[in-house]
Amino acid sequence: MSMKDTLTGPVFNNNPIALQILGICSALAVTSSLKVTLVMCVSVIAVTAFSSLAVSSIRKHIPNSIRIIVQMVIIASLVIVVDQVLKAYFFTISKQLSVFVGLIITNCIVMGRAEGFAMKNGPVASFVDGVGNGLGYSIVLLFVAFIRELFGSGSLFGMQVLQTVNDGGWYVPNGLLLLPPSAFFLIGFFIWGLRAWKSEQVEEPDFKICSNTRAQEAV
Amino acid sequence: MASNDSIKKTLLVAVALCIVCSLVVSGAAVLLKPAQVKNKALDRKSNILAAAGMLEPGQSSAEIEEKFVSRITPKIVDIEAGRYTTELGVANFEQRKVAKNPETSTDLGDADDVANISRREDYAIVYLVETDGKLDKIILPVHGYGLWSTLYGFLALEADLNTIAGFGFYEHGETPGLGGEVDNPKWKDQWSGKVVYDEGEVAIKVVKGSVDTGKSGAEHQVDGLSGATLTSNGVTNLLKFWLGEMGYKKFLTNLKSGEA
Repeated sequence: MSMKDTLTGPVFNNNPIALQILGICSALAVTSSLKVTLVMCVSVIAVTAFSSLAVSSIRKHIPNSIRIIVQMVIIASLVIVVDQVLKAYFFTISKQLSVFVGLIITNCIVMGRAEGFAMKNGPVASFVDGVGNGLGYSIVLLFVAFIRELFGSGSLFGMQVLQTVNDGGWYVPNGLLLLPPSAFFLIGFFIWGLRAWKSEQVEEPDFKICSNTRAQEAV
Repeated sequence: MASNDSIKKTLLVAVALCIVCSLVVSGAAVLLKPAQVKNKALDRKSNILAAAGMLEPGQSSAEIEEKFVSRITPKIVDIEAGRYTTELGVANFEQRKVAKNPETSTDLGDADDVANISRREDYAIVYLVETDGKLDKIILPVHGYGLWSTLYGFLALEADLNTIAGFGFYEHGETPGLGGEVDNPKWKDQWSGKVVYDEGEVAIKVVKGSVDTGKSGAEHQVDGLSGATLTSNGVTNLLKFWLGEMGYKKFLTNLKSGEA
């Protein structure tokens, strides 16, 4: 696989959220405003990229019996560093993200890439793969956040686009979009759209519904 | 590769990794601490100004700093005695440390512990806004338990010590979008103009649903946060506590009669 494929593959062809259905938790939680989402995306890209890099560069020395813990320790350390940096330089946003930065540790995408890719590939390829998967995650989050912020609060990046009724305008904001469950619908629509475009991503159903059988009395 | 799985190698890798990671983490924590402390202090100050309605949007940190120093006078209050005290210096006063120290705090019994904070500090730092030597506003620090976390905030009262000038929290861990809506500017705006005491009793409360402005007592009521009943109750309780007998009531009474 070329470097370019490693980088761009996870964006649409092998999207971690849309195809692998990983990292949904934070996609629901932090996407009510674009600004916060953007910071979250950058944080996840940084953590995935550097944890893959670190895991990959010591992959030949990681004992098999403790490899998951080794990956966890690396990821957790990076997340703490990211959290500290946010607290120091982006204080207001870090307050809004609150626990979700810490929860990057449990984001399956990060560990999935460490275990699935970085353990078997060189450091540079792993780094690129981490960035690519971070981008794949980001594109879904930004899509969701764009719709949620625009129709939920009538703004984009905190700037009023649709004048809401409360401010004397005409737009009645959709309250559901401010609540986490709305992201489920939006991610669903995203996956639908993506699979309509790239039909090879459609999965074989696990069970097939039988063709209609004649009704019969219970025995 | 097999040698990787020997006990010696496993321990070696584990120890080395832990050392490297702890160096990275502690290095980041130490290096970034000054910036974080500064942010926290600034955030506190801007929240004090915001509670008093003196914070304009888009002010730079230097302007906030300047305004804080020029307009606001911090003073320490002995809550039990209800008077100012000079026993403790303002400069190094950390209210949360005071609250933790058994010597400078009071264990609250179940009946008194309305705000669910188990210990109450004996001293609190209050902030006065004075215009031409006359009290204009007073800002009181309050805290209490919501649903998941302790909410820390500032309550600003007008010079009559009964009308709320502003209210806001600067630290809490409530659910974003539900209890976290205590940060919603619209909700916070409702507080100003509300009246705390009704014939000496703390009457201010967050009601369920929205306030019926036509009914009597509406001046003591604030709309509830939908989907966050327990946080709303927490806010009511912490105000009840801090403005009541165990809280600042004595001090406010003394201040009113000029004996603080």
